[in-house]
Amino acid sequence: MSEDPSVVQVRGLTKRFNGLTAVDNIDFDLRPHCTTALLGSNGAGKTTTISMLLGLLLPTNGTIRIFGQNLISDRFKILPRINISSPYIDLPQRLTVRQNLTVYSRLYKVPSSKERIAKLSKDLELTEFIDRQVRKLSSGQKTRVSLAKALINEPELLLLDEPTASLDPETAMWVRDYLRKYQERRNTAILLASHNMLEVERMCQHVYIMNKGRIVEQGSPTELISRHEKQDLEEVFLKIARN
Amino acid sequence: MSYTRITALMLRYIYLLRSSWPRLLEIIFWPTMQLITWGFISQHLISESEWYKKAPALLLTAVLLWDILFRSHINFALSFLEELWSRNLANLFVSPLRPHEMLVSLTAISLLRTMVGVIPACFIALPLFKLNIFGLGTPLLLFYLNLVFFGWCTGICVVAILIRFGVAAESLAWLSIFLIAPLMAVYYPVDILPTALQKLAYSIPPAHVFEGMRTLYLEGILETGYLWRAAGLNILYFVFAFGVFHIAYRSARRHGLLLNTSE
Repeated sequence: MSEDPSVVQVRGLTKRFNGLTAVDNIDFDLRPHCTTALLGSNGAGKTTTISMLLGLLLPTNGTIRIFGQNLISDRFKILPRINISSPYIDLPQRLTVRQNLTVYSRLYKVPSSKERIAKLSKDLELTEFIDRQVRKLSSGQKTRVSLAKALINEPELLLLDEPTASLDPETAMWVRDYLRKYQERRNTAILLASHNMLEVERMCQHVYIMNKGRIVEQGSPTELISRHEKQDLEEVFLKIARN
Repeated sequence: MSYTRITALMLRYIYLLRSSWPRLLEIIFWPTMQLITWGFISQHLISESEWYKKAPALLLTAVLLWDILFRSHINFALSFLEELWSRNLANLFVSPLRPHEMLVSLTAISLLRTMVGVIPACFIALPLFKLNIFGLGTPLLLFYLNLVFFGWCTGICVVAILIRFGVAAESLAWLSIFLIAPLMAVYYPVDILPTALQKLAYSIPPAHVFEGMRTLYLEGILETGYLWRAAGLNILYFVFAFGVFHIAYRSARRHGLLLNTSE
């Protein structure tokens, strides 16, 4: 029997809240060494889907298999191998960058955590403010720290919610390059939720577009642009959202 | 159960305490202030009546034991509230940290914070009011353990409520312990209460602890029955609190509340 190459396999995933269907019977796969975008207008069901992938939210129906294991029954075998960076989740503000990374390296049982923190600090250019409290950092610096926390366990599945929000274009480009190199090195599957269509075009090999809880379109950015006869992904997104 | 993950979360709270002197001061301030206030009240009572000669030690010990219970409860809840205030809860729940490991960390930090707060107050009582609370020996330790344990049980219930209702339920962390305080009979015997309330009072461990403490001071007898009943009730309350926590945690996962715990 051949092994399923999918890192994530979602089938018939549904979430209902008091009669309101937030996610409606969706199927999708995430593959290693592939960055996949999950797009949709506000309220399309992206955050609900990501919450279910993290095990923060229980689905009403359907299955999520990550690394071939069932997320509901094997959650604590899966969690050490995944991580997330999101502007909607903060790190403790009164702790320094180093203290935060130390706590999370222990939570993920990272071997040689001091070396790992030193490497991440160097790679993500945190050294200058490693002993500064997080609350005293600029938003760009905080984004890099959040990324360092998300990479502390060298995840095989990385969920990124607006990874370059609040970054200037140069730093955003630098972060994208860093993530690309990291992915090449670790063969990581990345799920990206973003409203920055240019970023999605640059980073993603595959795109799922959600609308009213359903996946209404999918393909590579080039396929989608050509299928809808548009100039770029933003126009495709707007066409789908308006329909 | 992972020692590394438990100590990781403990480290997070120790870093926080080290970084914030108002938090550290707050831990020490209230027990000391309570002790001083009640110490003066006790000294005043000495001059009023012969009976009250026994009262100062009794009142001061009651104050300290009540504070141990209160600190144990509130320190448990406060450490968890820090996660809500800093919007860090989702980061913890997507890490491999298991919910019961989080509870063990909160318990250990609550114990540490309570000791940091109460032990200086006990030492201050010695020169200032000539009360050597440590002179009670083993019974003191047994009273202490029962009260701390009950504080954890109520703390777990508060955490369960916070997980389910978010920061909006923050005030419950402070209020809940005071709501049942009259039934604990900290400063008066249980038989002062109306008969119906006496039964309720004996259904919570602190009432047994404080009755036991009064018997020890006034009659010089350690009635172990009080301590055993308190310990037995504590086990029941712990099972109840743990069940409530798991129901709240599961409900939060069903309703998507772990990602959004704000008001």
